[in-house]
Amino acid sequence: MRGLVRPAQYAALALYILFLGFPLLWLMSASVKSSGELNSLTVSLLPSEWHWENYTEALDKQGLIRSAGNSLVVALASTALAVLIAVPAAYVLARLRGKLRVAGVGWILVSQVFPVVLIILPLFLILRTLGLADNLAGLTLVHTTYMLPFALWMLQGYVAAIPVELEEAGAMDGASRLTVLRTIVFPLLAPGVVATAMFSFVSSWNEFFFALVLLQSPENYTLPITLNMFVGGEGKVALGPLAAGAVLAAIPSIVFFSILRRKLTSGLMAGAVKG
Amino acid sequence: MTAPALKERPVRTKAKPTRQRTRRREAIGLVLPSLIPILVLSVAPIVVGIFLAFTDARLVRHPDYAFAGIDNFTKLVDNDLFWDSLRIGMIWTVGVTVLQLAAAMGLALLLDSGLRLQGLTRVLALVPWAMPPVVVAIMWQMIYSANGGPLNAVLGSVGLPDDINWLGDFSFALPAVIVVGVWVGMPQTTVTLLAGLQQIPAELHEAASMDGAGAWRRFTAVTWPSLRPIVTSITSLNFIWNFNSFSLVYVLTAGGPGGKTMVPVLFVYLEAFKNREIGYAAAMGLVLVLVVVLILAVYLRSQFRDDRAGKGR
Repeated sequence: MRGLVRPAQYAALALYILFLGFPLLWLMSASVKSSGELNSLTVSLLPSEWHWENYTEALDKQGLIRSAGNSLVVALASTALAVLIAVPAAYVLARLRGKLRVAGVGWILVSQVFPVVLIILPLFLILRTLGLADNLAGLTLVHTTYMLPFALWMLQGYVAAIPVELEEAGAMDGASRLTVLRTIVFPLLAPGVVATAMFSFVSSWNEFFFALVLLQSPENYTLPITLNMFVGGEGKVALGPLAAGAVLAAIPSIVFFSILRRKLTSGLMAGAVKG
Repeated sequence: MTAPALKERPVRTKAKPTRQRTRRREAIGLVLPSLIPILVLSVAPIVVGIFLAFTDARLVRHPDYAFAGIDNFTKLVDNDLFWDSLRIGMIWTVGVTVLQLAAAMGLALLLDSGLRLQGLTRVLALVPWAMPPVVVAIMWQMIYSANGGPLNAVLGSVGLPDDINWLGDFSFALPAVIVVGVWVGMPQTTVTLLAGLQQIPAELHEAASMDGAGAWRRFTAVTWPSLRPIVTSITSLNFIWNFNSFSLVYVLTAGGPGGKTMVPVLFVYLEAFKNREIGYAAAMGLVLVLVVVLILAVYLRSQFRDDRAGKGR
């Protein structure tokens, strides 16, 4: 009986790995299969021959590169903006006590649970009034706003980890608050800022719902929207290039997430447990 | 901002009230840049959304609002499709949340029990969560495909029916979509549970073993109670996230076949942007918020009551 525990555990683990990994493997394999093989009735995990031209074909697809560019611009701009305005706010959130902090933390939690479906209509109307619907700048502002809660949460955790005595020592030496922030706090905060920025980039790069509602002209589409167009109706591209496009779209997120793995664990812990 | 900072400088402990006011002003200055987008693009939409629910606004260039009182809500009572979508949404949300927790618990326990392949599993576990939902949906469409999809191929090879159009079948579509939801959400839950498991002092397990407790008994007596606070909070969060999740179902099935996967969020989206009834859609949105809040309140209450009752033991 005891001797069976380990094998059973390994069998269970193998099942999990299969469940988690097989779809990924299948997508990657489909991205290098020929269209003949993809449409044939014999199903095999590995391609009989490798066809890299699915990738060149995907890149040739009208709109894919342009929308990847749009995604990149929106993700970089909203990340920069979010970090820029979140760092000072997170500092206040972590260092100050009292009502302001309670309100801030309360809002962060509420914003995590508020359904976008109620927000999206008025948001659309507000942006349209401002002339920012169907506009990459408008989408950037929306992404910035909606990545702020998590950015603030992560960053205030990093600030809280910096001993306040360091700042006090700086203040004793006669440095102004801004000097203290610039010379003492920011350098220590840098790793946290990088982690937050990576996470923000990924959430913007992956984001679908806001982009779907706000963007109407194909030249403004972000990558997820264009990929979705290829799936449904009009675009109906061949499966191989579609799989290749999907793999390409997933690469930045996966790269950033593998770098972030450790940091996210602790960040999530804090969020989940204290939430 | 410079002037007050200068005033503060000479002696730190002097003139307390002024210093406090200075600090407050500084704090507001530092928070303001994030406050503005939040107020305009997050708080204002919530307020406007609640307001819209009581109007008959339609999505046109220049919306003509008329106050409609509770008309939208009385109309909603008779809308069977909306209640259908709420029922489907509950199956989807509860299904994904519960299966996600169960699967994640299993995986977390396995990873915590010192097996090999941990590194691989940990990396693999984060990938589904990191991928764009659109890519996840495309990938699973391929897996589920009725022509040459690997799932049917596997079923066929063991002698089961191998011609099921998973996402297009009236009875299989919802379960198929739920499996994808579990696939996406499991990693995050696993990571959180694993971190929780690692905080349980080993002595507790040892003590239980000494008392002759088997694996299952140790789980129910030590692991589960220690994880309870974490389980409660991730279950609440997952419930909300799953209830509100849109992209996955939208790309996988767009609510089809025949509305069998029409989760409420999708329903409201279509009402607003396809039927252009934004007042009506806002009312639906408001009802959904209230439903979620109500369910969570009941759930959290029961958790706290259990905690209080548990104290006596």
